[in-house]
Amino acid sequence: MWLPTWRRAKPWQCRWCGASCGVMETDPGLLMAAVRSPYQRDPAWRGRLAWLLVSAVLLWPLLVLTEFRPWRMLDSRSLQVTAHFLAGFLPPALDADFLRVVARETWRTVAIATAGVTLALLLAAPLALVATAALSISSLSGRMGVVPFVTRQAARALMVALRTVPELVWALVFVRVVGLGPTSGVLAIGLTYGGMLGKVFAEILEGSDEHPTRTLLANGGGRLQAFLYGLLPQAAPELTSYTIYRWECAIRSSVVLGFVGAGGLGQQMDSSLKMLAGNEVATMLLVFIGLVWLADSVSAWLRGLLR
Amino acid sequence: MKATGSSLQLEQVSVRYPGEASQTRPALADVEFKVDGGEHVALVGPSGAGKTTLLHVAAAALRATRGRVLLDGQEPWALGSRSRQQLRRRLFLAPQVPPLPPRQRVVTAVLAGRLPAMSLASSLRSLLYPLDIGAAHEALEPFDLGGRLFDRVDRLSGGERQRVSLARALLAPARLWLLDEPLSALDPVRATRALQIVRQRASQRGITLVVSMHQVDMAMTHFPRLIGVRAGRIRFDSPPSQISPEQLRSLYEREAPTPEPSDVAADVETGETVAVPMVWR
Repeated sequence: MWLPTWRRAKPWQCRWCGASCGVMETDPGLLMAAVRSPYQRDPAWRGRLAWLLVSAVLLWPLLVLTEFRPWRMLDSRSLQVTAHFLAGFLPPALDADFLRVVARETWRTVAIATAGVTLALLLAAPLALVATAALSISSLSGRMGVVPFVTRQAARALMVALRTVPELVWALVFVRVVGLGPTSGVLAIGLTYGGMLGKVFAEILEGSDEHPTRTLLANGGGRLQAFLYGLLPQAAPELTSYTIYRWECAIRSSVVLGFVGAGGLGQQMDSSLKMLAGNEVATMLLVFIGLVWLADSVSAWLRGLLR
Repeated sequence: MKATGSSLQLEQVSVRYPGEASQTRPALADVEFKVDGGEHVALVGPSGAGKTTLLHVAAAALRATRGRVLLDGQEPWALGSRSRQQLRRRLFLAPQVPPLPPRQRVVTAVLAGRLPAMSLASSLRSLLYPLDIGAAHEALEPFDLGGRLFDRVDRLSGGERQRVSLARALLAPARLWLLDEPLSALDPVRATRALQIVRQRASQRGITLVVSMHQVDMAMTHFPRLIGVRAGRIRFDSPPSQISPEQLRSLYEREAPTPEPSDVAADVETGETVAVPMVWR
């Protein structure tokens, strides 16, 4: 192999440091091979380096554009404002009447999130099954047929549309249609999360090992049978854990939806904020952290069960 | 009562995987043979000869670039997709790597062989409670796996998984079994026994059997007909008594090193590992 002059080591020189670091003495043959052999250099590193540079170049203007200057938070005036605001949160409100209200609204929040995610599941499961290419019979022999391809793309487009509209916007729409209250929250979460769950379900299914599914299809099994006996046993833990994670997101989201009148803890928090009752807000935030922590533990427990 | 197995006929079948340069040799070239209903045939040949591709083409899991495949006289690719899927029920293709999801239980994996004959409702019910535990046990027992019925597949060894995959064949409603190297992970004693069981069950029910394998001596002693494949072409197709040692030697002979293209490319070209993922993509 040809080498430029500067890389052609003189017999007494070490190829790495140009002097006598001793590396060459350990196993000159191996080292020479490492330097010379084109097979022992990672051929992918150039591409990797290029992508790193490109992402840095792309990211910088974005940071400038979004005025991302977090150190501003640390100047004395900002710190004073923050401290004053936070001081209003202490101590958390703990009187019995208020706790009773919080308990009722917490339960309502959980109910909104659960009903919303259930609705989302009803939407997402069929959409994901239609959208996933892993259950395509026509692509067994190479290319997917035109009709199945168009159907899959249509399901994908529907899911994009569902999840592109933020649940907040859906909630504003439904508050107009069905009036203030939890129903609009449930509908809003159901639609947006239906789109999200469907997309991720389809991706989880496509990420599973196709071999069992394909074999079942090739032996004359139906798509749903191939799903139940080939894909589901592999994907079940991931599907469950993602659904639980979405349930946790729905709890958080239903709080936000409360601010536009969709009921639950959020609505309560909104009115407390408006009355500048910081300690009530603090109580609700604590309850809220507890809820999310609970969702996290349930998810971990279920994943353990399914492993 | 003995039903007849499905017949299989390949006419001038050539397969070239998409994306492969046209100057490389095709995976199969002008393959032609006929297997009658109830016949037992062994496919032999070196790795990368095209045995797997041949089985996939026969199973209508892969479409031939040229030529025709006839299953019971019907051409799968001339049918609509629904009738083709119905036709696929007549065959059972067991890929070399057992197609078993790791978290599934053995009983479910074995009963999955019956799916083509089951309605969606009963396949759902069978997930709640296995519908025919007795049949699953009966299929596993000859392979010494009766005791592993309720174990998970990921607890099994490679050889055990391969035998579960064979037990699944016993439950399939198929009339043609296409087994791709079903003995590759089995020790010699188990391999002989497994082959005997498969052949015996196939004869009892009149099922047509095509098995690809590396153990030529076993193929010679157990099968009434051998098809030798090398470099995508059929080298011989005859009863073992008519196969000469020279024919066998030339079947497995290492290719003379070619100066061009480089060794790496030659390995890729003949490697079966390349062909399999292409099929299952």
